[in-house]
Parts: sequence; structure tokens; C-alpha cells
Amino acid sequence: MTTVADRPATPPAQAPRRRPNRLLALLRNSWRQLTSMRTALVLLFLLAVAAIPGSVLPQRGVNPEKVDEYFRAHPELAPQLDRIGAFEVFGSVWFSAIYLLLFTSLVGCILPRMRDHLRALRSRPPAAPKRLERLPQHTVLPAHAPTDPAAIAAVLRRRRWRVEVRGNEVSAEKGYLKETGNLLFHTSLVAVLIGVALGSWYGWHGNRLLVAGEENAFCNTRQQYSEASLGPQVDSADLPGFCLSLDGFDARFLPSGQPESYRASVTVDEPDGSRRTADFSVNSPLRLGSANVYLLGHGYAPVLKYTDRYGRSQTSTVPFLTSGDANLTSEGVAAFPDANVDPKTGQRAADQQVAFDGIYLPTAPENPPFTSSTYPTERNPAVVLRAFRGNLGLDAGIPGSVYELDQRQVDNGKLKQVGEKKLGLGEKWTLDDGSSLEFLGTKPYITLSVRYAPGQTLMLGACVVLLAGLMGSLFARRRRVWFRVTPGDPDGGSPTGGSSLVEAGGLPRTEHPGFADEFAQLVAAVGDDGRSDGRAREGVE
Amino acid sequence: MSAVSDQLVTFAILAYLVAMIGHAVEYALGNVRAVSAAAPARELVGAGVGVAGGPVDAPATPAGGETRRSRSGQRARLAGRIAAWVTVLAAALHLGALVTRGIAADRMPWGNMYEFVLTVTWIGTAAWLAVLWKRPALRRLGLFLTLVMVLLLAFAELKLYVQVVPLMPALQSYWFIIHVSTIVFSSGLFLLGVVPAAAFLIRNGYEQGRRSFPYTLGRRLPAAAGLERLTFALHAFSFPIFTFAVIAGAIWAEAAWGRAWGWDPKETWAFISWVVYAGYLHARATPSVKRNVATWIAVLGFLTVLMNLFGVNFFFTGLHSYAGVE
Repeated sequence: MTTVADRPATPPAQAPRRRPNRLLALLRNSWRQLTSMRTALVLLFLLAVAAIPGSVLPQRGVNPEKVDEYFRAHPELAPQLDRIGAFEVFGSVWFSAIYLLLFTSLVGCILPRMRDHLRALRSRPPAAPKRLERLPQHTVLPAHAPTDPAAIAAVLRRRRWRVEVRGNEVSAEKGYLKETGNLLFHTSLVAVLIGVALGSWYGWHGNRLLVAGEENAFCNTRQQYSEASLGPQVDSADLPGFCLSLDGFDARFLPSGQPESYRASVTVDEPDGSRRTADFSVNSPLRLGSANVYLLGHGYAPVLKYTDRYGRSQTSTVPFLTSGDANLTSEGVAAFPDANVDPKTGQRAADQQVAFDGIYLPTAPENPPFTSSTYPTERNPAVVLRAFRGNLGLDAGIPGSVYELDQRQVDNGKLKQVGEKKLGLGEKWTLDDGSSLEFLGTKPYITLSVRYAPGQTLMLGACVVLLAGLMGSLFARRRRVWFRVTPGDPDGGSPTGGSSLVEAGGLPRTEHPGFADEFAQLVAAVGDDGRSDGRAREGVE
Repeated sequence: MSAVSDQLVTFAILAYLVAMIGHAVEYALGNVRAVSAAAPARELVGAGVGVAGGPVDAPATPAGGETRRSRSGQRARLAGRIAAWVTVLAAALHLGALVTRGIAADRMPWGNMYEFVLTVTWIGTAAWLAVLWKRPALRRLGLFLTLVMVLLLAFAELKLYVQVVPLMPALQSYWFIIHVSTIVFSSGLFLLGVVPAAAFLIRNGYEQGRRSFPYTLGRRLPAAAGLERLTFALHAFSFPIFTFAVIAGAIWAEAAWGRAWGWDPKETWAFISWVVYAGYLHARATPSVKRNVATWIAVLGFLTVLMNLFGVNFFFTGLHSYAGVE
């Protein structure tokens, strides 16, 4: 029906090959197959299916402890699953393969469409078909309608149609926004992916626990984090050198124990030497120039003073970790590996090390069992501890958790339990060898995440474009209308020289149920314009 | 106020139940002629996606049963109309329950799963009433809708109910209103969208000559093409809102948890829903994909939304653990 604007001349054909290159043909066919909508749909579906195990199985990136737990619970199955990347689904080869193929398919699809659309944007609306009455919409305008194609074109232009006048025909097209939006949407998806890639290449993050007090301050180096991950393009030396110390932490709770608000106050030493204080909370992170600091959690670190059998005392502030209990029952261990060093000889007896493990209850119940706290703030703080003496196994060189005792040492009898006791605030517990432990109080701690994610601005911008493009592609509609003026027969005998016939046709190029209404309105507007134009002209004259 | 809210929910469930019975009566009594007769002229003018724009394919009624049928048709129409008005009443009670709950809590009533389901269902009903206002010919779909409402609300009341409490610190942000309201709104529209989708699949099978059980229900449903267009219109409207909601969630997650996207179970399932619905929109735009295949994808999309709402809250623990269910 219409001819598309001429394509650029194809390069002069080369001499025909005798045999078509099979490899090329295969590649070309695979490419066509990959960029077809059917393949894209299948890949989309696969992507959705592949994401499911990421929610069913624990993921290392989300919750590494849960993964360890899973390994313990399913010692046979877990390694098998691990081998296929089931605990790192979103970084696994197969998940990456799916989305990379999908994005390749997407790019392969939108590039030619972009070229076509640019061409369409530059080209003029096509000439009218011969028989307008065959179009989905067709009408003959009333007699008072303007017969000047330029006047019709003016009405259409005012309604923001792209108009082309060819002799006594007016062609108009509208709704290029649909394809523009479509292309923007898909392009911004690619931009989001690039943002993700930038973030993982150049970003870094570290998590750690920070106990209140200036003596517990930390500076931003990799070693200071209990868990850190640097992108492949980031070196440890690249980390900006700021320091943080926790001045105070304010947690408020409702009488029911539900948390109401958290607020951490910190002192920041910027790399340039300036010092300032800042507050941050759960929904308002501390935004430093070079990284953001997020408050993830909080808890209590009991301060325990151990006086060994030689009368030398050491004080340890050990954060006890909460295990998901809303009333902040927390577990931890206080180890004193340098206890009981004979002051005369300076010798450390390897089997005289001391450690205490147990729970901390911010609000201990009045009566036993003292197993869980009854309220998250410190109304009746108490520690329930087991004392161990022996070899802590710290010299074995095997990395262990600082939050639990080395169970192997207990199992092989090198570390023996020598008592168990509940200690209220300020209470002192004298052990069988005359040494003693005193519960002095607690300090609050927070867990925080320090992050730098460079791709985020790009992602945010891409998301805005994505939404705009999506709206355009879903709600804009491409459609064409044509007006044709057939001059009246000048010999018809009419004094005005015979009335001209104006007819109009409309073609929605995409599904557009409201097109009939729009067409009718448009035709009416053109007709009315003739009338009002006439009146205006009369008025002027 | 909280007690008032609880009572209003109960009354709303009862009203939905009455409306459901009304629709069922209409369904049982009505014949195909009644559908076309019950459709006032309004939707024939039909702006937007005119469903009854095409003629309802009414098989010629044999002249013999004319009077009997028309009488039962009248009764069916009456039942249907009553059902529609009772749905309006139910929606009003439902809204009252939401408002009083919000007043009792002194915040938007979206703090836990109970309140969330309460709001999503209300959005579904409100959007349904809007559709019904524009296109009364679709009234028979009310049976499916009220059934869904009764089931979801009863489930919320029995299994999800929690006392009114203030928001936890993680939810105290203006993003709460932006993210949750749009999620609720789009979920409500997806919930409503599955009604014409399922009706289309039934009706389409019926029109293709299938006469086994679920397809026999299709005899009294509006024409398949119109149902399909409505399905698409609802999803096309909802999808950008859902997209916005997910983006808003990512922005909020960046402030609250330090990362925009971290594959928390809720996020993973939102991603799955988004991909499936995107698949639906693409499938529908592709001429070589049959419309019933595309519609099945939309139904699948809704299943992923349900999975996100119920499955994730009950089976997985993640950062979005605000449901108040154990």
C-alpha cells in the first residue's frame, strides 16, 4: 500500500559465490533465531524460572550463615548443589548465560529497529492510498469543510500530527512516541545492566560491628571488616581513609517490645583530617563523600573483668550477637588467653587459659530458667555464663570465630567446663581456683555496612527513562489519516464553481479501540475549522 | 477504632458473600439473551476498549421458551443488579474498615500482611466497580470477583489478623507510602486482571467448541475478544505502576539496607513477576503467539504475585519480614 522511503543503495553485489558458506549461513540463521521474539520470550521465561532457586535456597550474597546452616542440615546434597552454583544463583554461569543471551537478543532486536525508527522519523508520512473508503475509517466531510489542503494541514498540525501535503492530498501520521518509547525502554534496560556491572566492578562494601567508645573506633581498611568484598577493579589501597567511632546509640521500644526507633551518633574523621559528628538511622544512612554507612543492627557488649589466680585482672568488652530474638537475647564468648601467666616466670601455661561463653539477657526474668530476655532494653541485665579452663586452641593457626568457643578443644578434653552461673549487674563470681569474674556493665554496639556503589546514579537515571519509555510504548498509538480533496466540476453550473468533495480515511497501525472516536473528532475539527475560518474571514472583510 | 475496623471487615465479608450469591443466582437463571438485554446502551457508545462493541454472539432463542426465559432473565438481571449494588456496599464497608484501621494505628494501614491484603482486595474491588461502571455488560464476572474477595478476606481475617501496632523503624520512611501504595495498587489491578483473564480462557475454550467442565461456564460469559482486551488493558495499566513500585522499592532499599537490589526473596519474586508480566505484554504484542497462550502467561504472572504475597511471607525469611505472621 505504501512505499517505505528508499533504503540506502546496497553496496555493489560481489561476484556470486559458487557455494554458499555454510558457516556464515549457520551464524546468520542462529543470529536470526536468537533475535526472534519467540526466543526472547523463551529466554524471559527461563530467566524467571532460573530465579526461583535463588529464593528457595539460601544465598551466600544474602545470608551466608543460612548457607552454612544448610550445609550442616544436608551434608550430602549441599556440596552437589554448590557445584552447580545453587547458593550463588544470581552470579552463576547459567543465570548469567540466560540474561546475557537475553540482552544480546534484545540488542540484536532493537538496533535494526532503531535504524528503522530513525528513518521513519526523518521520512514524510506516506502518500494516500488510492481508495480511502477501503481503510478502517472513512468518511466524506460535510460541504462546509475547507477545501484547501493547506487549511486541513494546519488543523492537523495544531493537533500535533506530522503532516505532508502532496497536491490535493494531505497525509498525516501520529504516535511515533510508541516506538520511541519502546526503544527507550529497551535501551534503558541495557543501561541498568551496565549500571549493575559498574557497581560490581568498581564498587566495594564491608560489614562490621562497632562497639561504642572512642577506643573502639575503626578506620576504613579492608582488615577492619569482618566481611568485605571489593570489586575486581578495586584495590585495598583505593579505599577512602575515613575513621568512625560510635558515640552513642539510642534505641526505643514500645511496651510490647516492638522497636520504635534507632539512632546512632558517630564521630567521623574524614581523610582530609576534618572531624565532625553525625547521626544516622535505619532509613537515613550516613552519606560520606566516598561511601555510605548503613545501620543494619544493634546489640549489647557486656564488659567483663576477669581476675586470675595471680590477682591480675583484665577487662574485656565483648559484643554478644543477637540471634533474631526480638528481646535481644544474645550469645557470645569472652576469652582470656593471656590469663594465669605466672608473674614470676612470665611463662604462659597453655592449659590455664580461660574463657566464658553464654548468653546475655538485657532483661532477665525474675525466676529461672534464665534462657531468654523478656524485654529488649536493659531493665534487669544479666549474663548466664559457663566457665572453661584449658587450651583455647588459638595457637593452632586455624581461623575460628570470635563469637564461639572452639568446640574441638572441648570435645578432645583440652578445654574443660569448670562452672556455670548467672551474674547480675555488678555481681562477682569466684571460680574454684580463686580467680573471679565480674560483670561490670554493657556497651551498645551497632552492626553497619559501609558501601560504595558507583553504578547507582546511572541505574536511577535509566529507571526514569525506562518508566517514561514504558508508558510511551504502552499507551501511545501509531495511526495515520489522509484527506483528499477532489475538486468539483467547474462546468457543473454552480455559481461557486462546483463544490469540491473532501474525503478522509484513517488507519490505526496498532490496536487502538478508540481510534474511531478520535477519527470522528478529527474530521469534525477539520469541518468546523472550515466553518469558523469562513466566519473569521467574513469578519475581517 | 480498631474494634470498629474489625467489625467492618466482618460485615464487608458478609456483604461480598451476599453479592456473590446474587451473582450466582444471576448466573444460574440468566441466559445468553439476558446478557445482551441487560447491557444498557451505554457501553455500545463505549469509549476505551469497547467490549460490547461487537455483537454478543447470541444463538437464536427458540420461540417456544421465549416467555419463560425472559421472565427468568428478568429475575437474573434483578439479582445481578442487586449483587452489583451490594458489592458497592461491601466496598464502602471495606473502605471504612481500612480508614478506621488507619486511624487506630495513626498511619497508613499497610504495616503488616493483614493490612496489606485488606488494601489489595479493596483496590481490586474499587477497580472492578470502575470497570463495571464503564462496561455494565461485564457484570457476570462479579461472581468470580466476589468469590476471590470472600476467600482472600476470610483468609486474612482467620490467618493473618494482628493487633494494631505502630510501624517498625525500618518502615518509618516516606518511601513506605510511595512503595507500598503503588505495590498495593498494582497488585490490586493484577488481582482484578486475572478475573477477565480466567473468564477469557473459559469463554475462548467454549467458543472453540469445548464442552467439558470449566468451559461449560463460558456459555454465559461475555464474548472472548472483549474479555481479552479488558485483560490486556488492566495489565497494561498496572504494569508501569508495578515497575514504578519496584524501582521505588529499590531506591528505598538503598537507603534502608545499603543496596538497591540484593535478591531478598521478596525482591526475587518481584523480579520473577516483572519478567513474567513483561513476557505477557511481549507475547500479546507478537502476532504469532496465540491470545490464549499470552493470557495463560498473565495468569501465571498472577500466581507469582500470590506466591510473593503468601509463599514468601510464610515460607521464606528475608528482609521484608513485616507480615506479622509466624
